[in-house]
This record gives sequence, structure tokens and C-alpha cells, in this order.
Amino acid sequence: MAKYVIVGASAAGIAAVESIRKVDPVGEIVVITEETCAHYSRPMISDLVSGKADTQKMKCKTDSFWKENNAEARLGKKVVSLNITDKTVNLEDGEKIVYEKLLLATGGKPFVPKMEGQEKDGVFTFTTITDAQRLASKINSINAKSAVVIGAGLIGISVTEALVKRGLKVTVVELQEKILSLLLDAKASDIVEAVIRKAGVNFATGQSVQKIVGRPENEVAVGGVILTKGDQVQCDLVIVAIGVIPRTELVVGTTVKINRGIVVDNFMQTNVPDVYASGDVAEAFDFILNQNRLLPLWPLAVLEGRIAGYNMAGTKTTYAGGTNMSSLKYFGIPIVSIGLANPKDEPTLEVLVKQDPEHNVYKKLVLKNNVIVGMTFVNCIERVGILFNLMKKQVNVKKFKQELLRDDFGLAVLPVSLQRKMSVVQ
Amino acid sequence: MKKIIAKQEACMGCGLCEVYCTVQHSKSKDIVKAYNSEHPKPISRIRREVNKPVSFAIQCRHCEDAPCVTACLSGAMQKDGKTGEVTHNKDKCMGCWTCVMVCPYGALIMDKEGKVVAKCDLCQGIAEPACVANCPNQALVFKEVKA
Repeated sequence: MAKYVIVGASAAGIAAVESIRKVDPVGEIVVITEETCAHYSRPMISDLVSGKADTQKMKCKTDSFWKENNAEARLGKKVVSLNITDKTVNLEDGEKIVYEKLLLATGGKPFVPKMEGQEKDGVFTFTTITDAQRLASKINSINAKSAVVIGAGLIGISVTEALVKRGLKVTVVELQEKILSLLLDAKASDIVEAVIRKAGVNFATGQSVQKIVGRPENEVAVGGVILTKGDQVQCDLVIVAIGVIPRTELVVGTTVKINRGIVVDNFMQTNVPDVYASGDVAEAFDFILNQNRLLPLWPLAVLEGRIAGYNMAGTKTTYAGGTNMSSLKYFGIPIVSIGLANPKDEPTLEVLVKQDPEHNVYKKLVLKNNVIVGMTFVNCIERVGILFNLMKKQVNVKKFKQELLRDDFGLAVLPVSLQRKMSVVQ
Repeated sequence: MKKIIAKQEACMGCGLCEVYCTVQHSKSKDIVKAYNSEHPKPISRIRREVNKPVSFAIQCRHCEDAPCVTACLSGAMQKDGKTGEVTHNKDKCMGCWTCVMVCPYGALIMDKEGKVVAKCDLCQGIAEPACVANCPNQALVFKEVKA
């Protein structure tokens, strides 16, 4: 019997431990994770492959984190089923743990579509530290020279950069016509694509991989791919980076409501009392779209886990919501994209754009009724946080909207009343 | 905790705060060497903003519920529970710029050479932060404020 049981020990699970301990210093916390190293930064796995980070640097908490927070971490343990009526979680090794409050922070798993040859040696997914370690050691063991990355989203571009740093020739295959299509509009995408091409990366957009083929001398090892348009690309490795899907398997067949992810309210509680969900597995509130949806992003998982923890420990706390927000550092071209960055033409939306093609600079703001609802900034991201804050606070920018894309934009262009409100000056 | 507050009416926009911040965060602590010969190039963690007639200088506010700490992907950004300072560990920083995206004050500086973030550390080890001590018009004050 444990007062709190948390399944998953990444961003959301860790944040929940911290917030529970802020209000309940003694209630027993048991955290269960399949992974043998918990508390590491998942977004840093590409740095592990490139050699920029080691496993020590990747730890986002100290090794004493669990002890300091008086939480019992069950590493390398798998929860195989839940019993909602008896309030128990069942572990693979037969152990049953009864909970008072349960948090499902099981995250996501990589989506891998059916492809002929996907079982071949040299095909990887890329979401965990184990994936990164396996990929890094494979590069070494076969002295890999080339790779095909399937998917030109955040994960795809991050692993591509790591592979380029390791000296591999990379071809990125993307089903959409444009890369990073969930974050960028066509113009911004073209700027970024040109920069990445300059680093020697090839792109095959508007198509996918129909077949992974073997090597002439070894049929079970990856030798190349055949694209849907018929071209063949030779490669030593294939990395599938299409996206993640929520790991809802524990609640399938229970009364816990699932849509695409686990459905939660603004207290991160599911429809079943005492069962909470946070992070990539949950559908939490998006304050721009004004609806709940999957937003598999580390900072939001932290916020959601924190809210779940407070509520589990009895301190009623409402989640203010998040929205799509990504900051990318790859290939030396920083990008920030937030909210409705690439909306369809809508008469109610106003779009402000400023470009400096010579310096690969692209700035775009999307307004609705004079409130910022989305933005994209390429190669010019310092002080973007000020705009994000105006967006979160839904500040009416009508009187100063022409100032927002100025090259020297900063707090000084905001009305003095706003500066005082933010305690910037007195 | 003690924080640096800008007095807008007193600020002339001279930029000396940036100069002294840069020197204080250089290896040599020497103005000529800091600007001319040091590598990596030391950078200012305070930013002068001028929109005439308004000017003031801004640096990390060491927020109580700091968005940069919550959003940090690597664990480099931490809130010190005892001092209230928001600290940044350069060695842990992965240079993802997520903190830059969420800082409501635009107070995190991108060290493009080092590919990590740089921020105000309240000049640990000296009595008064360099920007405050060297402001010719006392437009920056270091004083106790409510969280």
C-alpha cells in the first residue's frame, strides 16, 4: 500500500514527486519505471549520439533526487495491468501495489508504420536513452557512413544533426511537402531546409519509405530504402522518427476514458476518481485552441505533472493550459514556434511578417482581435519570450503592434503601464 | 530576496552597466583584455533598452515561479530554495534556447559562441552587482523586495 503511485519517471513523474513533497512531506511515494536510468533529459538524447553529452550530463536531476524527496524509485520494473476497482497496479514480476492516488505518466512510444523490411538489423526508433545508446554503438560497430531518417519533425531533425556531426551522409524522408510542417509555414520551412541542405543533408519530401532493403552480402542488415516514388537510397541505418503515440495500453479496457490520449480535466484527473494522468500520455488543455489535445512536449509535461501532484496531495490547483511551443537549436539556426504559427487562411486572423533573407531571418506574428495567438521566429529569437508572455496574458496589442517586429524590440517599446505591471521598472 | 531594480527616470541609457557586467564576467576582469583579447568573448548579462525618451536596463528577475526553470530541458536552470536566486549551470546547458522562448523579460542572453545561455548571477562573491555599483546615475538599485 502506497499513498501515491506514479507510473513513469520522466518529466511529468518527476515534477509530480516534487509538488507532492511541497504539500505532503511524509505520504509514501512509489515511482515505477521500465527504464533503468530515470531522471534523464529525453531531449538530450541526440547530444548523446553526437558525443556532445554523456550520460552524466544528461541527468536532469541529481542521483540523490529520489532519496532527497523520500520517494521510492522502482527502476527497470514494468507495470503490466491496473485494477481500478481494487486500486492496484500489477507488476510484471508479480508484485501488486495498492494505491490511494495514481498518476499515469507513461509518456509516448514511437509510431512505426508497417514497412517491408522494418525488422532488419539497423532500423532504429529514437525516443529513449537506450535508443540513443544502441544507435551510437551501432554507428561505431559497423562504421556507418550513411543513414535515412524517416520524418522531418522535431525528433527527425535533431537526430539528423547528431548523425551529421558523426560524419554520416543523411537523407531525410518526409511525407509532407515541407519539413517541420507542424511548426513552420512554407516560407520559414524553406529557409531552414536550405540551411540544413548546406550541411550536406538530402531531403526527399512528399513521399515515404515503401521498403527497407538488405545488403547484397547480408540480407538481414540494412542496405538501403526504396521510396514511394520509386527512388532507391543506399544507407547503413534507418531511423524512424515520425512521431510518438500515447502509451495508453494500461487503461485500455478499464473505465478510464481515452480519446487519442487519456482524457483529463483541468486538475489533471481522469474520469475515474484518484486516477490522474500527465505528460505525453494525456490530453491536456491548449489555451490557444481552447480545447484539450495531445501536446507531447517536455516543458508542458513538467507543468502538468506538477499540477497532478498538487491535486493528488490535496491542494486543489488548476492547470492554466499550454500550447504548442518549440524551440530548436539545430544546424546553427535557432527557431521558435508557438501556438497558431501556421494557420489556414482565416478572415479573423491578422498576420504580420518581417523578413531578412540575407541573414535567414524570418519573423511572423499571428493576431486574433489584436491578441497574439501564434508566432514563428527564425534565426532571431532573443526576446521572443516577451511576446510569448503577451500571448499568455492575452494583452491587447492594438496600439503598439507595429513595434512588435522591430529589430530592437524589447520591453522598452511596451506601454509604461505594462512595464510597471511587470515590475521591470519603478 | 535582494533584487536589482531599474529606475527608468534616472536611466540615461549610457550602457555602462553592460560594460561593467561584461568585465565582471570576463576571466581577466580587465576592461581592455575583456573586450579585445579574451576567448571565449565575455558577454553582458544585462541589456540596455532604449526607446527614446524611455530607457532602462534589464536582467534576470529571479522570478519566484520561474518559467525558465520549469521549461529547462536539461536541468541546467534551477531555483535556489535558500537564496531565491535562479541559477544556471553552464556545463549542464544543452543550448536548446527553451528558456529564451519562455522568459517574459527577454532576460536570457544567447552566448552564440559557447552555444549556451548566459544570465545574471547577481555577481556572486562581491557586495553589490557590478551594474549597480557602476551606474553613474544610480538608475539601478540593489534592494530587498518581496519575492
